Amino acid sequence: MAAAARFLLRGAGSKASIANVNIGDQSLFGITLLRLSPNCSSQTKTQRRNAAHFTYHPDPVPTEYGPTTKMNLFQSVTSALDNTLASDPTAVIFGEDVAFGGVFRCTVGLRDKYGKDRVFNTPLCEQGIVGFGIGAAVAGATAIAEIQFADYIYPAFDQIVNEAAKYRYRSGNLFDCGNLTIRAPWGCVGHGSLYHSQSPEAFFAHCPGIKVVIPRGPVQCKGLLLSCIADQNPCIFFEPKILYRAAVEQVPTEAYTIPLSQAEVIQEGSDVTLVAWGTQIHVLREVANMAQEKLGVSCELIDLQTILPWDTETVCKSVAKTGRLLISHEAPITGGFAAEISSTVQYLQLMLHLPSHCKHQSQIINWVVRALNADWLTAVLYQIVYHRYEKTCIFTSLIKLVTS
Amino acid sequence: LTSMLKFPDGALRQQPFDSSEEKPQFPGASAEFIDHLEFIQPNVISGIPVYRVMDRAGKIINPSEDPQLSKEQVLNFYQKMTLLNTMDRILYESQRQGRISFYMTNYGEEGTHIGSAAALDPRDLVFGQYREAGVLMYRGFPLDLFMAQCYANVDDLGKGRQMPVHYGSKDLNFVTISSPLATQIPQAAGAAYAAKRENTNRAVICYFGEGAASEGDAHAGFNFSATLECPLIFFCRNNGYAISTPTNEQYRGDGIAARGPGYGMMSIRVDGNDVFAVYNATKEARRRAVAENQPFLIEAMTYRIGHHSTSDDSSAYRSVDEVNYWDKQDHPISRLRHYMTARSWWSEEDERSWRKQSRKMVMEAFEKAEKRHKPHPDLMFSDVYEEMTPNLVKQKEAMWRHVQQYKEHYPLDAYAK
Repeated sequence: MAAAARFLLRGAGSKASIANVNIGDQSLFGITLLRLSPNCSSQTKTQRRNAAHFTYHPDPVPTEYGPTTKMNLFQSVTSALDNTLASDPTAVIFGEDVAFGGVFRCTVGLRDKYGKDRVFNTPLCEQGIVGFGIGAAVAGATAIAEIQFADYIYPAFDQIVNEAAKYRYRSGNLFDCGNLTIRAPWGCVGHGSLYHSQSPEAFFAHCPGIKVVIPRGPVQCKGLLLSCIADQNPCIFFEPKILYRAAVEQVPTEAYTIPLSQAEVIQEGSDVTLVAWGTQIHVLREVANMAQEKLGVSCELIDLQTILPWDTETVCKSVAKTGRLLISHEAPITGGFAAEISSTVQYLQLMLHLPSHCKHQSQIINWVVRALNADWLTAVLYQIVYHRYEKTCIFTSLIKLVTS
Repeated sequence: LTSMLKFPDGALRQQPFDSSEEKPQFPGASAEFIDHLEFIQPNVISGIPVYRVMDRAGKIINPSEDPQLSKEQVLNFYQKMTLLNTMDRILYESQRQGRISFYMTNYGEEGTHIGSAAALDPRDLVFGQYREAGVLMYRGFPLDLFMAQCYANVDDLGKGRQMPVHYGSKDLNFVTISSPLATQIPQAAGAAYAAKRENTNRAVICYFGEGAASEGDAHAGFNFSATLECPLIFFCRNNGYAISTPTNEQYRGDGIAARGPGYGMMSIRVDGNDVFAVYNATKEARRRAVAENQPFLIEAMTYRIGHHSTSDDSSAYRSVDEVNYWDKQDHPISRLRHYMTARSWWSEEDERSWRKQSRKMVMEAFEKAEKRHKPHPDLMFSDVYEEMTPNLVKQKEAMWRHVQQYKEHYPLDAYAK
């Protein structure tokens, strides 16, 4: 899905533009494009399939969770599932093709280790997978369901929204399916096109009763997945598939949890708040570096991690400090989750007492930028082209944000 | 290379792959070859037969099929069916009078509820659709709590959150009803799988109507339960109508029972108005489902005598004569009564005094329920998640600030303090 960048400018007077932004005399857009894509020429060349459109930045080695070992993202998932099956005798893992190890190798070795009654294939039917998972959870088992691609989660939408999310509330807390976790590969992978690239978090954000979580790398993935499994609410865990092999970190071998609904400030800054989740964190990290180098602009980068319920406090506190917000996500811009974040931040900035250094509290300007017609679907060819320019588009939006 | 071969005992074993053999070697099916073109004709004229124990007059046809239940058990069946019928009449009327918002009766299907419930273990988990109140009544759910749910008062176990007839009881192992149809079917398969792993001899039963059986979730549930070998009874109440849609617009095949073999599932069709047939079939299905870890499909043929709900007037799509036939000539309650009176277990006097007593019980519960408070408004915000999230806490506080400011517009006296 195309990246959508939304940004907010708070207070027309106070931090309207940043002094000493080094742009130069020539057309801003032109120079930026040239600098970012030195290899692009008008001659047609034999196309090579591109490497990822960003560089993966690993997290520092965690020291508080015990010994670590090198793992990529799919291995960190396997590790979390391994820990779970070892400690919880009721835990079962099921979905299409999980028995042999899964199409992304997330469940390799688990069936042999824990038995065919605990790691098993289901028929090809997402509404059945989730419905079955709900029932198993209601009966007391820890149910971990795999949907093969987030693009195929929609047949299960009724079971998720009408059943899982409402089970506890509608029964007066007599019954619940808190033991259910649904995992699905998520997001752009470069060649996935319409049906192997989707980021459907916005559809589920509109559904109280479930939690939606998206990690940016292996350390976060294992900790957040274990939190979802332990959490007594039905959780959907989206795994950025482009990171399955590309993201490698030192990950604790023992079980550990990273709290849900707590956004993480990955990098502190003073001029702009950048918010993203999953793969886009790494893209925005590069945008932040570009902003520092080329514009002298200091960015604060926040990984939202939990989409629902999301950490409004951390984001609002950051925007109160910087005065500017840019959100980037892969899904279509209209009704995308950035819309929820921007409207909440605006509302809270208006309603809450803002710090004294903000002179023009009542003036909120909301600019929404469409980066490359971002409501479209992802055809393979355009994905290749778009990813090359994704960083540029976001950077361009950021320039507008800081210089207006 | 090997292929899978299904042996007569049902096991699948690998055979050495031998292409010189004439038998088909496909992994997907084990069958013979045929050399002439012939389509299989679905058999709907003389399909799966209907199992019954009593005739329409309540007389046992084949004595070896009589479950020979004690007088006490049979009287209990009768009293539960008639108590349900009485409760239905009073609550239907109360909706007409504007006292409750909505109701669904069970007229004509009491036999399917009581016969099946009696055949289960009280620990067996029940997933229902919405027309199985008799199962809950048989298990001992008190009239007060039926009423509390319909009135959404402070005693409702569901905390007043759902429309009437969406009952649930953790103690009685009856999963709370939800409005979307057939969603419970794959859930029942999951619950049965978990029960199998627990290894405590627990079965799961899943009720649904012939209309809900058209949903994708039904197909999903049947297929999952068969492939994953779940100790589960699927109980289909085929009552002839899904609101106004008759069965010939719901399916073209031989009902729901004929679908079972397509999934590799043991299946039977029974006379749903014969409480002993329902009892026998459910009892045997339960025994084997748990012993053999496989699902059973029971299609109970019956008739929906009442309207779909209080929002329906069925005279718009069916004749009064048709309804009267079932009410007068083939009703589960009267058939059981004839069985009892033939054995001198029930007299006219018993009938009169029980009618009076059951009506009195229902009226007392009804009058009491009507006077109770509604649940506390805080309960609008709890149980969305296990914990109250910061958003919900803020929203609740905002609600109370608003209500305090405009209290003359809010009838707080009717609600629990």
